[in-house]
Amino acid sequence: MLELRNVSFTVENGKGGLEIINDISLTVNDGEFLVITGPNGGGKSTLARLIMGIEQPTGGQIFIDGEDITNLSVTERARVGVGYAFQQPPRFKGLTVRRLLSLAHGAELPEDECCAYLTNVGLCSKDYLNREIDASLSGGEVKRIEIASLMARELKLAIFDEPEAGIDLWSFSMLVETFKTMSRRRHNSVIIISHQERIMQLADNIAVVAGGKLKSYGTKDEIFPKLMNELGENCGFRGGNA
Amino acid sequence: MMFDSVKKNLLFSIADIDGVPDIGAYNIRVNGSGFARSSTETVTIEPKKDKNGIDIIVKPFSKADKVHIPVIVTESGVNDTVYNDFFIGEGAEVQIIAGCGIHNDGDCDSRHNGIHRFHIGKNAKVTYVEKHYGEGDGNGTRVLDPVTEVYMDEGAECEMETVQIKGVDSTERKSIAHLKANAKLIITERLMTHGKQYARSDMEIDLDGEDSSAQIISRSVAKDTSEQIFYPRAVGNCRCRAHVQCDTIIMDSAKVRSIPEIAANHEDAQIVHEAAIGKINNDQLTKLCTLGMTPEEAEEVIIEGFLN
Repeated sequence: MLELRNVSFTVENGKGGLEIINDISLTVNDGEFLVITGPNGGGKSTLARLIMGIEQPTGGQIFIDGEDITNLSVTERARVGVGYAFQQPPRFKGLTVRRLLSLAHGAELPEDECCAYLTNVGLCSKDYLNREIDASLSGGEVKRIEIASLMARELKLAIFDEPEAGIDLWSFSMLVETFKTMSRRRHNSVIIISHQERIMQLADNIAVVAGGKLKSYGTKDEIFPKLMNELGENCGFRGGNA
Repeated sequence: MMFDSVKKNLLFSIADIDGVPDIGAYNIRVNGSGFARSSTETVTIEPKKDKNGIDIIVKPFSKADKVHIPVIVTESGVNDTVYNDFFIGEGAEVQIIAGCGIHNDGDCDSRHNGIHRFHIGKNAKVTYVEKHYGEGDGNGTRVLDPVTEVYMDEGAECEMETVQIKGVDSTERKSIAHLKANAKLIITERLMTHGKQYARSDMEIDLDGEDSSAQIISRSVAKDTSEQIFYPRAVGNCRCRAHVQCDTIIMDSAKVRSIPEIAANHEDAQIVHEAAIGKINNDQLTKLCTLGMTPEEAEEVIIEGFLN
């Protein structure tokens, strides 16, 4: 279970500070699937980075299963059981897909298990196992390997940052299926940052983050119809995947 | 013939053997003189009469022979230069495992210079691996200054891999190659320097024959206050292809100069170079930390992968 209590994040911009996240409180229970959505630049990714510890909140507290992790490093939070799939994953010259999956898993992964994770994100495993995660892979391929690396871990909380970005339509269906089955099985709680209706449909709850604030929060059945109604000419939610 | 544990460890580090190999031809040189030597039906190894070194002669059209020619130095103050000539017959296929390991516990410098000359016959295929490794607690430095010359006949193929990961204080490597028509050369250089170490690699590849091709890949990591200089040059004298790639991770207060040079003396020469020096990307470290590694562990994984 994740609990955010009055979390804020302000950066210095020479004019007295710019508030990126403003007093967000939120709980994600065990077994819960939360989709965070909202306009680009609204603070969604920053919130994910605060939970992972990549950024330190300037106010508030973060708890996992009742343990205050606010002052823990990224490494310590990972060991507590928090995982984060980057929106733009880095590439590694020389590091093979198989090695990354094994590192994520925490032990050498047998070939058949590696294959299962890759197949679940729509990659043909025999083509990819020994490929290096370098510039020879496309953005969509790197992104899918990133998702597979989170699937290879048993986590208390898995956060996926716009997993649909750069993924072709064919693979997208498979990905949705993977979230529906595998992620629910392997991760206690799941947060997906997404703009995609089909991913929102998977959610138990939906949080809308805009302007650094929690604009609205509720069950999928409460929030989803409202979002659809707002999708008019002036809606910011269809800002693409950038 | 028995080796003590220091020698065994050196042999293992550079050649993956811990004694005299069971099969294939070999020449093991210890502290400046020949220690063990054996030829096979297809590979003859004989000492030179006029100077230190050996001739390695591979019979034409012989297949899949493995040749070990490691050098180890365990006495402080050894200054050893050897001249090894390889004559690879037409159509032969051979794998050569060379390398030099120095263990210096003393206060005098230990030095080994391997001058290797390859004459690779028509359509012959050579794989050459050379590992350099140093260890020991003395104040004496460990110095390796290899020279490699490769002369490739028509259709010859050669893959050379040189590795120096640890413990060599100073190294100046000079390599030249001349390629005739359809010859194909791949050189992979992997290097890590730490402490106050110094490494320089000069290379000149001349593509003299039609449709010859060369690929030079250099990957290195420079740590602490070490210094590295790379100067690979590819010269296209006819219709040919060459690709030079130098990639370095720089850390701490290290210094690196990378000067890939390409030259074309013919309008159909296609030669490309790429060079990059940079520190470990912060996103890479963060990503591995999100998998539960400490920043130090993450750094090791990145370097290991990069040099792999």
